[in-house]
Amino acid sequence: MLKSFTIGGIHPSENKLTADKAIENFPLPTKVVIQLNQNIGAPAQAVVKRGDKVLVGQLIGQSSNGLSCNIHSSVSGTVSSTDPVFDKGGRPVPAVTITVEGDQWDPSIDVSDTIIRNINIDSQEFFKRISEKGIVGMGGAMFPTFNKLSFPKGSGVDTLIVNGVECEPYLTADHRVMLEHGEEILIGTKLMQKAIGLKKIFIGIEENKPDAIEHLTELAKSYSDIEIVPLKLKYPQGGEKQLIESITGKQVPSGKLPSDIGVIVQNVSTVFAIYQAIQKNRPLIDRVVTITGKRLPHTGNFLVRLGTPIIDILNFAGFDANSQTAPYKVVSGGPMMGAAISNVESAVLKGTSGVLVLEDNDAIRHKELECIKCGKCIAACPMGLEPYLLFRLCELKRYDDLIANHIIDCIECGCCTFTCPAALPLLDQIRVGRALARKIASKK
Amino acid sequence: MENRLLVTSSPHLHGKDTTQRIMLDVIIALIPSLIVSCAVFGIMPLTMTLVSVVTCVLVEWFVQRYLLKGQSTINNLSAVVTGMLLAFNVPYDLPIWQLILGAIIAIGVGKMTFGGLGRNPFNPALVGRVFLLISFPVTMTKFPLWQNSAAEGLSGATSTAVDVFSGATPLAAVKEALKNNIPMETIIDQVDYMNLLIGMKGGSLGELAALALILGGVYLLIRRVITWHTPVAVLGSMAVMALILQLANPQLYMGPLFHLLTGGALLGAIFMATDYSSSPMTHRGMLIYGVGIGVITMLIRVWGAYPEGMSFAILIMNAVTPLINKYVKSRRFGAIK
Repeated sequence: MLKSFTIGGIHPSENKLTADKAIENFPLPTKVVIQLNQNIGAPAQAVVKRGDKVLVGQLIGQSSNGLSCNIHSSVSGTVSSTDPVFDKGGRPVPAVTITVEGDQWDPSIDVSDTIIRNINIDSQEFFKRISEKGIVGMGGAMFPTFNKLSFPKGSGVDTLIVNGVECEPYLTADHRVMLEHGEEILIGTKLMQKAIGLKKIFIGIEENKPDAIEHLTELAKSYSDIEIVPLKLKYPQGGEKQLIESITGKQVPSGKLPSDIGVIVQNVSTVFAIYQAIQKNRPLIDRVVTITGKRLPHTGNFLVRLGTPIIDILNFAGFDANSQTAPYKVVSGGPMMGAAISNVESAVLKGTSGVLVLEDNDAIRHKELECIKCGKCIAACPMGLEPYLLFRLCELKRYDDLIANHIIDCIECGCCTFTCPAALPLLDQIRVGRALARKIASKK
Repeated sequence: MENRLLVTSSPHLHGKDTTQRIMLDVIIALIPSLIVSCAVFGIMPLTMTLVSVVTCVLVEWFVQRYLLKGQSTINNLSAVVTGMLLAFNVPYDLPIWQLILGAIIAIGVGKMTFGGLGRNPFNPALVGRVFLLISFPVTMTKFPLWQNSAAEGLSGATSTAVDVFSGATPLAAVKEALKNNIPMETIIDQVDYMNLLIGMKGGSLGELAALALILGGVYLLIRRVITWHTPVAVLGSMAVMALILQLANPQLYMGPLFHLLTGGALLGAIFMATDYSSSPMTHRGMLIYGVGIGVITMLIRVWGAYPEGMSFAILIMNAVTPLINKYVKSRRFGAIK
């Protein structure tokens, strides 16, 4: 019996169309648009101005005080603008736009493929490096890794769980990273172990990636304290709280953080980025992106420079946005939790795990009907909430009742909306209501 | 060229469940029982079912269109389900006009008064059935007999007491027999469980064959239209109660198997108690609700005036459902005790 979380969950069609496609380099774009707000918290401050020449890996945005993160150039060339741009949802955000000229790397970066297993680095240097190199959580949330790993001494964190679940349908980027950079991931976890004093390392992988499970299990034999845990195929197996329960059997209490029960979770791609920051002195300037869609002529897993415009990716994939006669949707990330892009001129971010094109019937929503009180949303909710009730209370704007019914526990995984036979936009309402409820709760 | 780019919030996928498909599944699950009924009684059960379905659909269409002035909702097939269930809950030779009246009450009063699908606090088919039972007690409790069967054997044993009826269900027959001090051994000899399983007994149109109903139930479970909680709680609590009573006094009370295979136990537990809008929404709530139905059914069967209590039990627990929904919550992730 494979391990799994115990409440709710759904089984969407996997559609992992690109699982067999090895990582390729995405062609260099002619210009990149690098947003300065590629993390939860405050945006970085630009340290370059129009006309400046930059190299690949050069710092272009300095992290602000508090929760913030450095930004580096992903290309070499000339800064053409430091004006704000519109992000994927159409909101203006600070950014640096660079015209690409050649591919000149900052000489301090090791661009070789050599893997070094024994790296001596003390804790202070480790933290300095991941902060300097702009590492953030690459699963989608883009939480600065420096802050995530900085918990008070004696807080009892002794377990690292590496998230290789990739439970989102369509996405295969993490899968390929595990297959092609497994060794680096394992070294990365050992670096973290040494820096923050961990006893045990688990790598959780969903059962639909048997090759990755086998590969990492084989590699892990030469390392101590690392255990590869195959997990049952069930969405949202990769949700942080669900993954922790699946592996440790412990539930993070409502309103608490994983570190409160001694656990931290990192995405496999983030661990790979940590390895590269430490061993190769390489900032986070590119990432593996799954480019996919049922009808796209050219799909696969590509190493894409951050700041590459989405429109370049669509063109590369053979999707001509202008000649579409049927409705379509472009999603940044996976189909369950990713965001639909309204501005295709916006660019790939540190958290962009995929670019997914949904067409025709896959793109349109079903017609909303009346709630039939079937209870399927309750059975599907992995947090054990009552989405139908929260939906109704959101419509009625009864925020005190929403808080009493634990709307803040919602992880916005979308299981409720997915499962609703009446096609009600449950999560739409709940997302808005939750944001307001959080504000109200924090004022009390 | 018009821009066809769509933007919505996540999730961008939707499962295969739709209201219409769920109702279609219930209709499919009811068909085996209808086939058995036709095999036993001929074409009449089918005719009755069609009349009931057509009336229900027409009433819903009329109310929705002309009284509520909304868009037609008959496409969701829920009126078809109500129509079938109502027909399944009456004797197949009930006068047609009574059935039509029942269907009007079921949809008109039981469902549309409250705003239609998803809002009715009581199971509409049962509202129709209980209305008929109270209004036309004679035609609603006179069940045609299948010749040469346990039913005839049973009613034969009790014919002196109940000869005003042309026939009775096994439940009614046993109840009468016990009232007339006929020894338990004689009664038990008359019960043929095989006949109860395959439908050779007296009873409402759709409650004849236990096997056909169970087949439908398994289909609904596989299709995830229902979960096991309500049916198992109803039947389990009935069985436990019957067993306790039987152990306490075997001379007075029939055993669990008899109670589960007779009357509306299976039809009620699988198809009626699981009606979405009148039953609780959490699994824990379903268990409490199901046990309530099982216990009340047994109380009515054993000590009540009616031989069968499933309909009343479900309606009573329907009334408790809002309370259950309010107080019985599902297991919450990371709940702090």
